Amino acid sequence: MIEVSEVRKAFNQGRHNEYWALKGISLTIEAKKVTALCGPSGSGKTTLLTIIGCLARPTSGRVRLKERDISGLPERFLTDIRRSTFGFVFQQFNLIKGLSALDNVMLPAYPLGGDWRALRARAESLLDSLGLAHRREARVEWLSGGEQQRVAIARALVNDPEVLIADEPTANLDTALSKEFLAILEALAEQGRTVLLTSHDPLVVEAAVIDSVIDMRDGQIVGIR
Amino acid sequence: MKTWIEKQKALIDFTLASLARRKIKNLGLLLVYTLIVFLLASVMLFTHALRKEAGKVLENSPEVIVQRLVAGRHDLIPPGYLEKIGRIRGVQKKEGRLWGYYYDGVLKANYTFMVPQPDALMAVESGKIAVGATMARMRGLVPGNTISFRSYSGKLFSFEVSSVLPNKSELVSADLVLLSEADFRAFFELPPGYYNDIVLSVANPLEVRNIATKLSTLLPDSRPILREEVLRTYESIFNWREGIVLVLLSGAILAFAIFAWEKASGLSAEEKREIGILKAIGWETGDVIKMKFWEGALVSLAAFLLGYIAAYLHVFRFSSWLFEPVLKGWAVLYPRFELTPEVDGFQVATLFLFTVFPYAVATIVPIWRAAITDPDAVMRG
Amino acid sequence: MLVRLSHRAIAFFAIVLALFCLTFVDAAYLRAARAAALAESGVLAARLGLTDLSLFTEARYTRHPTQADLHSAFQDHPMAFEHFPSGSLMPPPRMLTKEYENLDRKTKSPD
Repeated sequence: MIEVSEVRKAFNQGRHNEYWALKGISLTIEAKKVTALCGPSGSGKTTLLTIIGCLARPTSGRVRLKERDISGLPERFLTDIRRSTFGFVFQQFNLIKGLSALDNVMLPAYPLGGDWRALRARAESLLDSLGLAHRREARVEWLSGGEQQRVAIARALVNDPEVLIADEPTANLDTALSKEFLAILEALAEQGRTVLLTSHDPLVVEAAVIDSVIDMRDGQIVGIR
Repeated sequence: MKTWIEKQKALIDFTLASLARRKIKNLGLLLVYTLIVFLLASVMLFTHALRKEAGKVLENSPEVIVQRLVAGRHDLIPPGYLEKIGRIRGVQKKEGRLWGYYYDGVLKANYTFMVPQPDALMAVESGKIAVGATMARMRGLVPGNTISFRSYSGKLFSFEVSSVLPNKSELVSADLVLLSEADFRAFFELPPGYYNDIVLSVANPLEVRNIATKLSTLLPDSRPILREEVLRTYESIFNWREGIVLVLLSGAILAFAIFAWEKASGLSAEEKREIGILKAIGWETGDVIKMKFWEGALVSLAAFLLGYIAAYLHVFRFSSWLFEPVLKGWAVLYPRFELTPEVDGFQVATLFLFTVFPYAVATIVPIWRAAITDPDAVMRG
Repeated sequence: MLVRLSHRAIAFFAIVLALFCLTFVDAAYLRAARAAALAESGVLAARLGLTDLSLFTEARYTRHPTQADLHSAFQDHPMAFEHFPSGSLMPPPRMLTKEYENLDRKTKSPD
């Protein structure tokens, strides 16, 4: 589904603090599979995630999404693709404080201008399915870490993307909550959703739900399990 | 189209929900903003209406007033002047006016004593007076009462109030005391044949200026005053008073401008982070800007509409009670009057432009810079 | 009712806009209602030959601007050094000054 070939990414290019986060990455991510990018911090896995998720563009190399080269597209088209194809769960959850859980879940669909009632119903059912029916109207900062993450997952799914991207999903969770997350992951995999996540948490990497693990170090792939 | 509307509605949902997070602060802003619009609109509506009112009332006043000047000061018209003027072509009617000031120690106010012109249908019998409604109210006079004035020569004169001038005309008659010519001359000890000034009616309005020129050649010691000059003078007086109010207001307006600019344009780190999140979850730069546009537009439009409506009610339904002290100045006899609502659409549009536009711009401009940041900033941060 | 904030906003603006339009209707109504009073003042002005408003009765330059002097020291004339603080901010209207100059020239003699 997603093909990455010879992707390199530099930060502060041409300046004295130039830094290459990715040094030639090539890989293929299959549809309807759960793929984990594994490696220590600084290995470039988050950067790779941003490039695949159309949040950033590679310095060189190509990214192909469903046979279409997306690495050279202008920002507007990237935003379009990002909206329709990817859902993001960020490490810090990045929910908007002061708004209710429901509002947060509905946010990504606002610029699409779809029917509001349908959107609200969809957001409610997503929250219900993640066991947050009773906390719909609660402000997100009143929620626990696990609840916040589930709101973030619901938000990532509200536009019904084909690919769910999660950056270090268990970094801020304890073991019990991490297991809960894995359960959600399993449910998503069963629905046939493509999931791409980064982690250096053995609990995640060794979980049965993960189909393949890509080991990274210093901006390069060091192994595929 | 439907999608477009739905989208704008969704953006409005979000922007309002965001504003609702800091309810007190944002409502406070709206309140102050509304107050500023209210004050500006009140001044604007009031002075405009007053100007129009003066124009309409004084439309009926005589076209030319002739004063005589002695040593550069207004002096009495001696006998014979009226006859001289009679020879100027185009003058339809000429009359000597008798009027003077009388200081009433009781009210500590000046009255304007005046003799109605003989054909004015308002003639007052000897020994009687007609008084302006404001003065009648202040002194508690009703028809039939007797009132005494001590003349400048020290003699006491008693008059019976025969009528009170209609209170609808207070704007021109607040301090008027109408009395007969004989009483007037006796009271002020004015010899017969003398007048305060002369008023002329001119048939053709285009002739007025010519006649004024002829008058000043014919009577070199006189000064003709044209009605249009009087109207312009009034215009400038209202401009002055409007000016004072605006000067007083300008401090407040400036303070608000700084506050609004700071509030609207200063993006906090929190807001910047939120914009990053919105971009990361699929909002375009344009969406973020539209959302902020709605914030500015809704706040400023609400302030404009509420402020204007309040100002309208204040000026035309509640007689501008807030301005009264400023306009009154040291006036003791301040007429009670209701302004005829004359609203200038152009002025309203100007007010709209000057109050709504800057705020809307102030909200959008800084967002521009923040909204074009890369969407992956959130992940890196 | 009206769960959505945007719907509440639309309702709010619909009401306020209606009120805004109503002020113009009200203005027309009041104009008609107060026309009589205006006419009355007009009639009085015509009959008595009144030339001034009795709005600010505290001084001659406000009660009877027409009766002020043109060229005297300490004058009360509107073109004089004036009594209002706004005068230090804005000059008298150009048009006004010009007109008076014209009239002066036409008289050919000092007043």
